[in-house]
Amino acid sequence: MIDGFLALYIFMLAAFTGYEIIARVPVILHTPLMSGSNFVHGIVLVGAMIALGHAQTPFEMTVGFLGVLLGAGNAAGGYVVTERMLEMFKSSKPDAGKPNASRETK
Amino acid sequence: MNWLPSLIKACYFLAALLFILGLKRMSSPRTARGGIVWAGYGMLLAVLATFFLPGLYNVGLIAAAVLIGVSAAWWTGKRVAMTAMPQMVALYNGMGGGAAAAIGAVELIGYVRELALLQSAGGSPAIPVVVPLAPVELALGVLGALIGAVSFSGSLIAFAKLQGWLDKRFVFPAQRAVNLLLLAAAVLLGVLLASGHASLPLIAAFFVLALLFGLMMTLPIGGADMPVVISLYNALTGLAVAFEGFVLGNEAMIIAGTVVGAAGTLLTQLMAKAMNRSIGNVLFGSFGAAGGEAQAIEGAQKPIEASDAAVMMAYAERVVIVPGYGLAVAQAQHKVWEFAQLLIKRGVKVKFAIHPVAGRMPGHMNVLLAEAGVPYDLIADMDDINPEFAVTDVALVIGANDVVNPLARTDPASPIYGMPILDVGDSRHVIVVKRGKGTGFAGIENALFYADNTRMLYGDGQAAVGQLVNELKTLDD
Repeated sequence: MIDGFLALYIFMLAAFTGYEIIARVPVILHTPLMSGSNFVHGIVLVGAMIALGHAQTPFEMTVGFLGVLLGAGNAAGGYVVTERMLEMFKSSKPDAGKPNASRETK
Repeated sequence: MNWLPSLIKACYFLAALLFILGLKRMSSPRTARGGIVWAGYGMLLAVLATFFLPGLYNVGLIAAAVLIGVSAAWWTGKRVAMTAMPQMVALYNGMGGGAAAAIGAVELIGYVRELALLQSAGGSPAIPVVVPLAPVELALGVLGALIGAVSFSGSLIAFAKLQGWLDKRFVFPAQRAVNLLLLAAAVLLGVLLASGHASLPLIAAFFVLALLFGLMMTLPIGGADMPVVISLYNALTGLAVAFEGFVLGNEAMIIAGTVVGAAGTLLTQLMAKAMNRSIGNVLFGSFGAAGGEAQAIEGAQKPIEASDAAVMMAYAERVVIVPGYGLAVAQAQHKVWEFAQLLIKRGVKVKFAIHPVAGRMPGHMNVLLAEAGVPYDLIADMDDINPEFAVTDVALVIGANDVVNPLARTDPASPIYGMPILDVGDSRHVIVVKRGKGTGFAGIENALFYADNTRMLYGDGQAAVGQLVNELKTLDD
């Protein structure tokens, strides 16, 4: 277990880090960044794995299983969606002037 | 095997570092794509390392759940259309909140079990019992579970609203009081749980109340405010993850969760500011329910044919295209870019004007235009383009409504009063492509459509712009 005050320090420093990262972000990146940070809290998957890992009764296991399922969804879904959004920024390179009709298949 | 726990800790450390560096890279357009990959490696490392944790049971079950969850989310995430991205973010975020709540639930249920075991052993356990949670851990676990559960049900409602499954806003008298009561009850049960009065029925009631609160909290919020709400729930999930990370003694979770909590809070503020709404206003003042008489709008909408519109723009000097969510829904961004290219070939100066909240989230429209291949330098922000409308010959509004509504300037009774808008009305001619005569996403009448210099081109975005393209091509022949 982590010492309470140590955790408080981690908490404080991490909060400042998060604030600083976002402070100077252009508007166009708001949606991808929200999606990206959504992916990052997918780390909850690790916690759910640990929780299921020491679940003992069938009921605990069921809840834990659900947690891992949801956490995995958060992590994987968050990654795919963010990656697809950021892929669009390819065309922002200097050669962007040329048309590119990569159409979305619905 | 003394090195194994240290190695796992090192993996978590590396993961936390990669998350922070990844997010940092994601905050600049040039490095953004690499950023998500870095963060992805961090996640992979953390998850793989967790499998080797000493004393981890149910490994088969864990692996199965991870496999199912990852493949299901991967599959849906790959297939969903770009326009649906905001609700997918809401959905995956809700899953994260649900996972945090589930962690809290497992810990609480285990706590109750161990407590019972301790009591049956008469206080001095003959069988070695795992030390039950310390008071601080218990309190943070309960808090994390509360936030996670609210974020879970709230995000699912947000998802359903953006997906169009829940059209109506759900409003009833004394709603705020009822919601407040729900929250107070959930908090009260939480305090009871945290002070050691845990029992299974209490835990169940606690989660039911928390989930109900998230539901009731989100139902009355209008669709236009959803991005802010999703961003808020994103931050809340981060916080919940951090708290559960403390309970489990996992530093990577504390760091990643806190970073997201802080970043998400700031992002929520930025979004709310872009819409000129305070977060409190979004959450508690039901959108569209503003009192007072709305200004009556005089005049009629004047239609125009596609051929006339095309000629008007073909011989213009400056054309500004204002895309809105309607354009994205109609998947017309590619057609619009084709049209813009034809105009550019004729020597017309074309720009795209993007309102901060065009689309469903800040930056959503930029992503959609980038997808169609529109280069960066043709896309202008609201502050840059607004002075230019006065020297613009034709402003072509496609699928945008509230963000060009002059009532936001002139009518204090309007629910969107005070929201910054694009001043398209300043240009010499305005052509509005619109599906029908109805009101927009927020359900507000738009005075721009009745202005003297405005002409309406009715039709589905894709079809209407297609017509414009064809008309331009015949002009060239």
